[in-house]
Amino acid sequence: MTSMETRTAGKIGDSPLRPDGTLKVTGEFAYSSDLWHDDMCWGVTLRSPHPHARIRGIDVSAALAVPGVHAVLTHEDVPGLNRVGLEHLDQPALAEDVVRYQGEPVALVAADHPETARRAAKRIVVDYEELPALTDPRRALHDDVPQVQPGGNLVRELKIRRGDPAPTAPVVVALDFEVGMQDQAFLGPESGLAVPDGEGGLDLYVATQWLHVDQQQVCRVLDLPPERARLHLAGVGGAFGGREDLSIHVHACLLAMHTGKPVKMSYARDESFFGHVHRHPAWLRYEFGASQEGELVYAKADILFDGGAYASSTTAVVGNGGTLGLGPYNIPSVTVDARGVYTNNPPCGAMRGFGCVQAAFAHEALMDELADRVGVDRVEIRARNGMREGDLNITGQVIDSAAPVAELIRTVRDLPLPPEAQGERDIRDLPGGAANSTHGEGVVRGIGYAVTYKNVGFSEGFDDYSTARVRLEMTGGEPVATVHTAAAEVGQGLITVEQQICRTELGIERVVVHPKNTMVGSGGSTSASRQTYVTGGAVKAACEAVRASVLARAASALGATGPRLDGDKIVSASGEVLASLADVLGDEAVEETVEWHHRPTFPIDPETGQGIAHVQYAFSAHRAVVDVDVELGLVKVVALDTAQDVGKAINPDAVVGQIQGGSAQGMGLALMEEIVVTDGKVRNPSFTDYLIPTILDMPPMQVKVLEYADPHAPYGVRGVGEPPTISSGPAVAAAIRAATGKALRRVPVRPEHITL
Amino acid sequence: MRIELTVNGEHHEADDVWEGESLLYALRERLGLPGSKNACEQGECGSCTVYMDGVPVCSCLVAAGQAQGRDVTTVEGLAGDDGLDPVQQAFVDCGAVQCGFCTPGFLVSTHDLLARNPSPSDPEIREALAGNLCRCTGYEKILDAVRAAASAGAQA
Repeated sequence: MTSMETRTAGKIGDSPLRPDGTLKVTGEFAYSSDLWHDDMCWGVTLRSPHPHARIRGIDVSAALAVPGVHAVLTHEDVPGLNRVGLEHLDQPALAEDVVRYQGEPVALVAADHPETARRAAKRIVVDYEELPALTDPRRALHDDVPQVQPGGNLVRELKIRRGDPAPTAPVVVALDFEVGMQDQAFLGPESGLAVPDGEGGLDLYVATQWLHVDQQQVCRVLDLPPERARLHLAGVGGAFGGREDLSIHVHACLLAMHTGKPVKMSYARDESFFGHVHRHPAWLRYEFGASQEGELVYAKADILFDGGAYASSTTAVVGNGGTLGLGPYNIPSVTVDARGVYTNNPPCGAMRGFGCVQAAFAHEALMDELADRVGVDRVEIRARNGMREGDLNITGQVIDSAAPVAELIRTVRDLPLPPEAQGERDIRDLPGGAANSTHGEGVVRGIGYAVTYKNVGFSEGFDDYSTARVRLEMTGGEPVATVHTAAAEVGQGLITVEQQICRTELGIERVVVHPKNTMVGSGGSTSASRQTYVTGGAVKAACEAVRASVLARAASALGATGPRLDGDKIVSASGEVLASLADVLGDEAVEETVEWHHRPTFPIDPETGQGIAHVQYAFSAHRAVVDVDVELGLVKVVALDTAQDVGKAINPDAVVGQIQGGSAQGMGLALMEEIVVTDGKVRNPSFTDYLIPTILDMPPMQVKVLEYADPHAPYGVRGVGEPPTISSGPAVAAAIRAATGKALRRVPVRPEHITL
Repeated sequence: MRIELTVNGEHHEADDVWEGESLLYALRERLGLPGSKNACEQGECGSCTVYMDGVPVCSCLVAAGQAQGRDVTTVEGLAGDDGLDPVQQAFVDCGAVQCGFCTPGFLVSTHDLLARNPSPSDPEIREALAGNLCRCTGYEKILDAVRAAASAGAQA
């Protein structure tokens, strides 16, 4: 990644253009799959065809004999600890005696052409003994099922107990809900380039969400100290959680160390479906008790997440699904049981919305049912039960900044509706579109609402910090700041935000974003909607340290007390110009590095689930309008409107872009996106068969951004990226229910769910 | 085998091309033009869209050998000596670029649309770009960019 700057001024609250925009529209931006090196080899992965099997032996001789092959590696070639994993070290980098899911990496090949490597990999003979596979997570904790991991099939069980342990209520509604397995479907394939340094170490250029955790994992498997395995962020083609776990990282490094050559790896789309974790499928059983007026008295939830063969971030997903799984409502008595289990299905982990997406489908469907039962408007029942600032959530934590649930849901209700369908319509606006399956006959309109909240940042006691290094110097007669963090830019626009914060704090125009790498301290993960908050906080703090250092230098040089920085001038307390910044800096640079931590969180009580689990909450609401062809079961989303509190929009245009894109992903899960797994095998690992919304599927969106500053966060920011993905899908599902009268207790909603 | 073709107005040749290589692979790995993107390599996502003899194609679905003697324009060839093409500028200005991996394909498809239909309606834009997947933006700002590029073209 090249360092970047734009001359476009833009402080916080403005919407300057992103500094990599021109590179991206000219084709010059170097994504991880674009990298190239003299004399490089191509690496490929051989993966298990079976969901569960014992490996009796691996014969690589035929593969090694293929001309052009430089290395064929198995677990026996791993120099360090052959284990990876974000929260549990439970996954071999290369399979040893057992494979636990279809697609598990077994062997690696490096060759001088990717096709040579692929053909050689097919000549590796793996002697498998197939084992019975556990593919139904609902049976994972039964006695008579295969044990996926040595420690049993339970990854985490979370309990929340609050209020009356045996509550009753005059109105009781209940439902079972099921959510399919969604894929992040980032467009840039997993890819990177590992380059040996000739001194026993290497540099890895890779697309990722968290360089430093990758570095730890690479070093553990390669048995290298961190200074010998330097990671660099290559251009990232989207992430959405799917790049939190390792993909090519360790494998490319192993091949590079063994061959002594640079090794490039880049998955094709089918391999990508096996090469990263997915969103957990979930089974949810919910019950709400309420007064005759629809005021919640109690809630019970039983949530099961299928973690697949390895834990990945299942522990934290269960944490979110449990602690946030009843939605942004005031509920006096609560019983929640959330579990994540191992199976022989594909491993599941992080995806945008992280445990809250699944739960929101259930609590929002049940809220509609309660509204209908007690005869209260579906918007008003949410407003009536919605959290407000100062309320306690179900873990007993005070919501200590804005919680505008009622305002958000009423705001989306009051946005203009699309015009009612009249007369002859453009078939492209109808369900089925250009397939010409209807001209309006059999088409019914429905409107649905949903509201959500999501934690921002890492939770339950995790020390969640970021590091920023800011350097200020004169270049060509102008002050220039360089901001260096390891926080991953994955497309969301963090680099623009880093520039805006530097301009705001230092009062200068030119800000260079240093390439992101492990030569500065950790930036933490680009996930949990946290980077503007946490890395933004670190950049702000580093700028403040730079400013203090410059002013201390000015005070001592000029003998002034309390000087201030005003643009490129040093001024006295009364505003008189004392010196130029150039005079104070001279030929020297002022550089400060700051590690910035957000407010601490704490583990929850293991028996009651009570505690201060999360640092911040972000709220959003959606209204969906759909037209449904009830004869064919086809759905056209006509409008998808939203309101969200972002605390403070550092870059309003980018905030809206996040909300629009996030909403599309939520809509995709409601309507079309599912990795179909039968008997532990993925049936649709391609963009032919795994559908994501196209420009024809997405409706126009009205986006209403509220800015209720969080007094505890830098500039009052509130995480933005995830809430839209959580509340959009349930609103779409609700709209389809409203149009069809069907219960629709599973997403994605398929045509047969509507017609049968 | 050897292939010879014209890319962005320049003559290119490559030797030792394996017959199974796509035009996309040849552009990216042999001709030093990685701007066309490899998101699906099966003709579903449109990120590899290039012009071949003036017609937009998914370069992943064209065998490198089929491009022999043809005239190819990639995203790297859209900008002129006087700066970005109006379509490129509009994508930057409208915030239509997030991760940007789909962008090269959208740019070529939009460029083609506006050449055929300088002031498309929204349904026409949507239909023309339905073969290009974007995972970041939800397409709203891409629509803004196409409208802006059309408007810039009308004023030019």
